Amino acid sequence: MIPAGLFPATFMVTDMNKTRTSGRTIGGLRTLSLQAPAVTLLFLWMIVPLAMTVWFSLQRYNLLMPGMTGFAGLENYEYLFTDPALWSAMGTTLLMVGWVLVITVVGGTLLAVLFQQDFMGRGIARVLAISPFFVMPTVSALVWKNMMMHPANGVLSWVAESLGLPAVDWFSSLPLTSVIIIVAWQWLPFALLILLTAMQSLDEDQVEAARMDGAGPIAIFFFITLPHLKRAISVVIMIEMIFLLTIFAEIFVTTSGGPGLATTNLAYLIYIRALLDFDVGMASAGGVVAIILANIVAIFLVRMVAKNLES
Amino acid sequence: MTTAKHSSVPSTSAAPLERSALTSALLNRRLWLGVLGWILALVIFFPIFWMIVTGFKTEAEAIADPSLIFSPTLENYAEVQSRAGYAKFALNSVVVAFGSTLLALLIAIPAAYSMAFLPTKRTKGTLLWMLSTKMLPPVGVLVPIYLLFRDTGLLDTRTGLVIVYTLMNLPIVVWMLYTFFKDMPKDILEAGRMDGAGTLQEVIYLLLPLTLPGIASTGLLAVILSWNEAFWSLNLTSSQAAPLTAYIASFSSPEGLFWAKLSAASTMAIAPIVIFGWLTQKQMVRGLTFGAVK
Amino acid sequence: MKLSRVLPIAGLAAVGATVANAETITVATVNNNDMVVMQSLTDAFEQSHPDIKLDWVVLEENVLRQRLTTDIATGGGQFDVMTIGTYEVPIWAERGWLTPLDNLPEDYQVDDLLKSVRDGLSHDDTLQALPFYAESSMMYYRQDLFDDAGITMPDQPTWQQVREWAGKLHDADQEQYGICLRGKPGWGENMALVSTMVNSFGGRWFDMDWQPQIDSPAWQEAVSFYVDLLSDFGPPGASSNGFNENLALFSRGNCAMWVDATSAAGKLFDADQSSVADKLGFAPAPVAKTPKGSHWLWSWALAVPASSDSKDAARQFITWATSKDYISLVGEREGWTSVPPGTRTSTYENPSYQQSAPFAGFVLDAIQGADPTDSTLEPSPYTGVQFVGIPEFQSIGTQVGQMVAAALTGETSVEQALQASQRATERTMQRAGYLD
Repeated sequence: MIPAGLFPATFMVTDMNKTRTSGRTIGGLRTLSLQAPAVTLLFLWMIVPLAMTVWFSLQRYNLLMPGMTGFAGLENYEYLFTDPALWSAMGTTLLMVGWVLVITVVGGTLLAVLFQQDFMGRGIARVLAISPFFVMPTVSALVWKNMMMHPANGVLSWVAESLGLPAVDWFSSLPLTSVIIIVAWQWLPFALLILLTAMQSLDEDQVEAARMDGAGPIAIFFFITLPHLKRAISVVIMIEMIFLLTIFAEIFVTTSGGPGLATTNLAYLIYIRALLDFDVGMASAGGVVAIILANIVAIFLVRMVAKNLES
Repeated sequence: MTTAKHSSVPSTSAAPLERSALTSALLNRRLWLGVLGWILALVIFFPIFWMIVTGFKTEAEAIADPSLIFSPTLENYAEVQSRAGYAKFALNSVVVAFGSTLLALLIAIPAAYSMAFLPTKRTKGTLLWMLSTKMLPPVGVLVPIYLLFRDTGLLDTRTGLVIVYTLMNLPIVVWMLYTFFKDMPKDILEAGRMDGAGTLQEVIYLLLPLTLPGIASTGLLAVILSWNEAFWSLNLTSSQAAPLTAYIASFSSPEGLFWAKLSAASTMAIAPIVIFGWLTQKQMVRGLTFGAVK
Repeated sequence: MKLSRVLPIAGLAAVGATVANAETITVATVNNNDMVVMQSLTDAFEQSHPDIKLDWVVLEENVLRQRLTTDIATGGGQFDVMTIGTYEVPIWAERGWLTPLDNLPEDYQVDDLLKSVRDGLSHDDTLQALPFYAESSMMYYRQDLFDDAGITMPDQPTWQQVREWAGKLHDADQEQYGICLRGKPGWGENMALVSTMVNSFGGRWFDMDWQPQIDSPAWQEAVSFYVDLLSDFGPPGASSNGFNENLALFSRGNCAMWVDATSAAGKLFDADQSSVADKLGFAPAPVAKTPKGSHWLWSWALAVPASSDSKDAARQFITWATSKDYISLVGEREGWTSVPPGTRTSTYENPSYQQSAPFAGFVLDAIQGADPTDSTLEPSPYTGVQFVGIPEFQSIGTQVGQMVAAALTGETSVEQALQASQRATERTMQRAGYLD
């Protein structure tokens, strides 16, 4: 049950003490020498950028203002937290993460159930459906922007017109929705891939028994399939969340964060500060805030899912 | 209980009772599921398909009303190739994506090993914290990293990109490996120790073969993520080490209307990784199911 | 440069003497049409300069700008030639990031460069970058539609007239829109146009004490006019249309009028690229209260960063790419409508150019008539027509551009958008130390 194992919270329910004592047997010393360099390196590589970010967040440092340097204390943070754009960006970030998660998890589950069924050319159909995950985010954003959602020449507007509906001007009237659609299109295949995998280990006997007892396909889905996929879904949520919190390319290519602040998420706001203002101090403060926000969300999510796992 | 055991088992092997009725109902159901499955797969794949098709149109056809009737041309590919040599970018992408993945695995395997088999009180916290560093938007640390790279001469080198991608993927690689290792049946490792195997032998002869599918799928994920990364590759390279993501950036949003050329360039940029993904997709699924089939 | 790459080449010196001193320079440029042509002429340069090899980094404008700024501000030294605009040149020169270009060779004919363009690229009376092409803004209109409606274009149209004409010529059912204007947010996109409108409506970005003026009546009037005009008589999705999108719309015959860069003229006049080539009319950019600052001035220029270690070779390249000979070379190979416009008097005196580009006079007048040092009705402390020549403007312009786009989509009112812009700009200026 790998998908379950993928989830970090599993160690909460495993017996650590037993593992530890058994690990400290014959090769104990050698084990330590084996792990020490790796762990140290890992730790260094993790801590250096973080430490630099924290340090710069306390400095007055703008690339375009070579003269203006020095210790700024909490000035950057103060300025950041009084920025009306910050709160809207946080809201947008959470909305994007939330919606994409909902779409990919629900859609991925349903697709996984469908692609688990036997039908002609299933293998090829699966491969086609999984493909968007391999496409570079910049490319998929460009394709959606220019060829799918373009108000005059896009395929979607052509479809709408053919059906006698008014063409939708996606990026100006539904900017956030458009970005969410693009991102969800990229991550749906990932969810499908993981969930499809988890489906393989579904106990068919149990399904068959339920069927014998007269359970319909919908009941089977809700009472057998879904509980079985619970842990795999946690994996999907965890991995996706890491990437969704820092969505950037899709926004950069399509809406540039607008109109107004409609699609400015935290990563994009930091980009504006860092690469338009070249205000390194401020961008670093934003980075620190982003990490804190990510940790809060992660801890909250882990707690929630861990509870699920234990029950 | 072998009746319709697994959906991948042909339904004709169903119970003999009421066989024909059941079969035709199942066939009917399979037909409709097949139609639905194919429609959805095609809808999901459509943007990619459309991009590939547009790459073979002329610029005028590319912005005209959508149509599949046109005489295919290779002129976009020729033009794109004459503006930027594809091979150099592609080679950089391959070297950087695979190099960083190998390096990440090399560092992560011992680390994940010690975390899985020698956990301390801090293990859980470290893992979570590592993952959360992944959530730091890269723009926030661009300037510090750029300064660091300038001083170490790593700007515009493949080595530099390999280091950054290794760093970038390490948390996910460690985390995935950790969970694969964690799923190893303990008794097998114990048995190995009884035979007097040292740690190194234990890792090489017991752990790695047993978790190979897991390691492979972790590696594949890392390759895909490195291949598609566009922020660091654009900002830390200029000409020598620039991978395919930089290649795309030279065709996107130009002054004229270059959708057909952009499509051709995009198709070339994603082709290797998409084909690689298709070929290895089964391996990935197998890797991810490891544990379920034990 | 790049010792590691020069060394192996030097090793080959024994074999091929010509390659012995070959110096490779890295040229960073935008992927605009004119620069793509320049890249395609690499061979011509390398033939005439056998000891220099060119390595290209071609990126789209926004990516290029951030890439170059990061590199030059940190002294990364990754590029030997940088393509930058009128906005960056004085700011970067002030910080000593560029190599001053004095003592240019006699045959380069510095005086042939248009004065307003040269001024824009100078700092302390020394050229800091050489102009590759330059543009102003002007109005394009459909002569056939104007004739049918019985409208005569005056020598200097006003925005009020433009609105009346747009109303007459707007026919959304036929996909014929009264006017096309930039709506895509960005300091170099919608704000370039909006700034010229604000200038002409009597407004300015800052007063003499650097106090932002975005909530002033002039801004209110100009932006309301812009939003109403484009909402009433513009194409659908105007808020995502930039230069490229409008160029496509106009060249397909979807717009009756379009106010944008003079560099579009060559493309619109080329029958291969445009279906309206024979129905094209030109006029100066419209004005409102004052003609001051009603059309912009921009140039893309080639500069050598101070961090380059192949300054000589880089200099040779940029003087080649901005020379008279280069312009003739492009004229012969690509046709005279494709030559980089707006930089040299000699281009406009060239009979071949005059013959194939009837719009040349308008472009020349527009470029020469733009004065970045005096573009507002009331005095202002900054230079720049459609931008403010301070480093903070990139983010100010982008943020205000977003707000204006939000007003255009109807997400907020013009008043709200301008108030939010005013507050955001005040914050930025306070932080940068202009205001207390």
